[in-house]
Amino acid sequence: MKLTLKVWRQQNSQEKGRFETYQVSDVSKDMSFLEVFDVLNERLINEGKDPIAFDHDCREGICGMCSMYINGRAHGPWDETTTCQLHMRAYNDGDTIVVEPWRAAAFPVIKDLTVDRTAFDRIIQAGGYISVNTGNAVDANAIPIDKHDADAAFAAAACIGCGACVAACKNSSAMLFTSAKVSQLALLPQGHPERKQRALNMVAQMDKEGFGSCTNTGACEAECPKGISLTNIARLNREVLVAGLSSE
Amino acid sequence: MLNAKIPAGPLETKWSKYKSTVKLVNPANKRKLEVIVIGTGLAGASAAASLAELGYKVKAFCFQDSPRRAHSIAAQGGINAAKNYQNDGDSVFRLFYDTVKGGDYRSREGNVYRLAEVSASIIDQCVAQGVPFAREYGGLLSNRSFGGTQVQRTFYAAGQTGQQLLLGAYSALQRQVALGNVKMYNRHEMLDIVTVDGKARGIIARDLVSGKLERHFGHAVLLCSGGYGNVFFLSTNAMGSNVTAAWKAHKRGAYFGNPCFTQIHPTCIPVSGDHQSKLTLMSESLRNDGRIWVPKKKDDNRKATDIPEEERDYYLERRYPAFGNLVPRDVASRAAKERCDEGYGVGASKMAVYLDFAEAILRYGKIEAGKKGDDNAGKEEIIKLGKSVVAEKYGNLFDMYAKITGENPYETPMRIYPAVHYTMGGLWVDYELMTTVPGLYALGEANFSDHGANRLGASALMQGLADGYFVIPYTIGNYLADELQTKPIPLDHPAFVETEKAVQDQLDKLMSIKGQHSVDHFHKALGKIMWDKCGMARNEKGLTEAIGEIQALRAEFWQNVRIPGSQHEFNPELEKAGRVADFLELGELMCKDALQRKESCGGHFREESQTEEGEAKRNDDNFSFVAAWEYKGPGSSELHKEALTFDIVHPTQRSYK
Ligand SMILES: Cc1cc2nc3c(=O)[nH]c(=O)nc-3n(C[C@H](O)[C@H](O)[C@H](O)COP(=O)(O)OP(=O)(O)OC[C@H]3O[C@@H](n4cnc5c(N)ncnc54)[C@H](O)[C@@H]3O)c2cc1C
Ligand code: SF4
Ligand code: FES
Repeated sequence: MKLTLKVWRQQNSQEKGRFETYQVSDVSKDMSFLEVFDVLNERLINEGKDPIAFDHDCREGICGMCSMYINGRAHGPWDETTTCQLHMRAYNDGDTIVVEPWRAAAFPVIKDLTVDRTAFDRIIQAGGYISVNTGNAVDANAIPIDKHDADAAFAAAACIGCGACVAACKNSSAMLFTSAKVSQLALLPQGHPERKQRALNMVAQMDKEGFGSCTNTGACEAECPKGISLTNIARLNREVLVAGLSSE
Repeated sequence: MLNAKIPAGPLETKWSKYKSTVKLVNPANKRKLEVIVIGTGLAGASAAASLAELGYKVKAFCFQDSPRRAHSIAAQGGINAAKNYQNDGDSVFRLFYDTVKGGDYRSREGNVYRLAEVSASIIDQCVAQGVPFAREYGGLLSNRSFGGTQVQRTFYAAGQTGQQLLLGAYSALQRQVALGNVKMYNRHEMLDIVTVDGKARGIIARDLVSGKLERHFGHAVLLCSGGYGNVFFLSTNAMGSNVTAAWKAHKRGAYFGNPCFTQIHPTCIPVSGDHQSKLTLMSESLRNDGRIWVPKKKDDNRKATDIPEEERDYYLERRYPAFGNLVPRDVASRAAKERCDEGYGVGASKMAVYLDFAEAILRYGKIEAGKKGDDNAGKEEIIKLGKSVVAEKYGNLFDMYAKITGENPYETPMRIYPAVHYTMGGLWVDYELMTTVPGLYALGEANFSDHGANRLGASALMQGLADGYFVIPYTIGNYLADELQTKPIPLDHPAFVETEKAVQDQLDKLMSIKGQHSVDHFHKALGKIMWDKCGMARNEKGLTEAIGEIQALRAEFWQNVRIPGSQHEFNPELEKAGRVADFLELGELMCKDALQRKESCGGHFREESQTEEGEAKRNDDNFSFVAAWEYKGPGSSELHKEALTFDIVHPTQRSYK
């Protein structure tokens, strides 16, 4: 296949960016989307040009590092698929593909398609944990947990922290990400002692980082590569409400 | 001979006795002691969090944009622990025994026993952190079995166990960051160790965003930097996994243990073309239900589903009736290679075998139909029910396979082939996890410790977390108790200045070459040499050639590599170049080590040393030792030996028949 790639190039966070157009040929259907960038970068290096910087590591859809906004969709056209798992079978000869970084005030561009997502770490630091020191634990089977709750907690915990939900949202809200962690811990008995403070603190941190507010458009859920459900946002809202009431 | 400092006394009491007699540091003093942790995978995150909880001042480093992205996140299948929740005869002793045997008698009894002993506490700790392991309807934890064992001791969270464990350790780490006990440095790469009077006292790191070099002091330094499988270019490791931290430590005096011990995992998605950037694992847990086969006829080009039952060769079940599809990885990998080399391989490249779920789908379907009391369910209904059971167990893996290959594994068998997966070798450490450089420790996959010549499935996660949560918090005190008088060393100390200069010189040199070929070009060339000559089968001739080829490639790299951009900015090509430069040195040492070990053991298969049936043949009289290599200047190293003694488990020819 021959493809046209229009890629966002930006030297660093200060400079203004622009689109650059590249023609790539010999793209096979078996290639992953990132492998097309590998091949293009190899060519750019050979031509003495600056290769395109993009984040990636596991290339298995689990580390959450890859993050490309492809033809107007976070992680591209396939549902529940990260950029690294997207394969060129999704495209046809002659297609034009526009590739941009995540765009959100809370995710400043570092270079080209690479952005700074440390705001997510700080949201977790605000309460996304259970305060249990190493060695404090009771036997793992001492607290049976309803399988449905355990499964629901797992489904929420599957979030990979990629930030596609933020990129997909017109308000750049981080509600889906934050609610996934709050839900996971609220669904498990171990998480109960701290649940009120957790919800309030994590939401406060989210606001402080400059993420927008949630207006229930559902764009986040639609683009989330891990199928994190909107019910988590409903649960977070409930947690915040209950915590707010009881702290009054 | 090297001394591993294994405590005296009976196996069962070594660790408890050690813990009750080891030196302690009181809480007020801990606050004065600074510890540097390189890496925030399972080993690093658990260590950094636990040490910070104890009161030490911790600085943690990772090269990704967040500690949550370490390669550990990709572990799929599960984590072992001797809980015996299934009442199927498991015990600390049995886990210990299986691990020593699985490692083909090339690990230390004392270490492995400790690992088995602390394994149960790991599960407790993780559950307390909110790790959502799979559960049964009664609400209790579920287990599955893994290769090389006959009990069910593997805990799991669908096919995302590593993710859930790492997020548990990450959250513990973030809590300590919030409390101010850990300072986290994301997008930082350690490029050298600073030693003062022979002791590790700090590091030089590069801020990968600004390109600036930084000096950091620590009373002790922990390397938790993962494995080096990417020396083969293609592996199941994350793209950034590398040996740089360990290799730089090696060049500063830390011995490298058993560098040639590499694990080739039997079930990975085969290479699809030259563009291939990495290989994807299909978890070993699939071998619980999947059956591996090739056609009985050579060059059989029929579709898998068109080949009748009697014309299929379930070669693992045929060769190893006792363990069948659940033989250890090294055995399964070699068996797949043997079939493909003989011309029975499948798929376009003929370098693949089938992993088939058709029978499991029927079996589960019948059980489900039975549960519903539907004894007359038709085949279609049964298959539908069976597929949903298989989807619940392995759904994410099946989806991943479908995305990558474009084939539906519920309908047609998966094609799989062995790929580089894990490195048992690593920095040599003693019982306390200290390298041969005082104050420098290695944890997790970065050390060589517990898996001998072959790691059992679900044991790397166990070892990483054992090291970080339950071993280092005790053993580090034994060293730091004597360091209370050591004041933080000023960053303008000559040792810092000189080490930073060495790092700067290497960066300058790399940038100045401006050659013809990209870093990947060299990395791929190295990977090919390693895979062909130091991969699944090795022999004297090939290894000798490989050493020469690697030396030539290394020389070419330093003449002709091309790195774009500058070092004073975010420059992923420069990062890769530094890593590949180190791989080019490591690769040579791996070949030397493989050459010196004239026996087959575990994942190390020397063609000259095999039984009549083609199984690995150990040579205990001459090779019952850990090879620990000392760096002696470019391309030169000296072999030291740590003798392995077996008081409890008596080495025999491993048999899985
Ligand atoms: C696909 C896959 C599946 C697996 N599945 C299983 C399984 O089911 N069960 C099991 O037991 N094992 C499994 N393993 C093995 C297991 O995941 C690893 O051995 C283990 O996670 C390694 O953990 P670690 O903490 O030692 O290192 P890693 O998780 O690799 O972490 C390394 C850390 O070091 C940092 N780092 C490295 N170099 C530097 C440097 N120079 N400067 C700064 N930071 C640095 C990195 O940023 C990272 O944080 C699997 C492995 C793979 C590849
Ligand atoms: S909720 Fe989904 S889209 Fe958002 S960070 Fe998590 S995995 Fe990514
Ligand atoms: S590179 Fe890890 S999720 Fe895509």
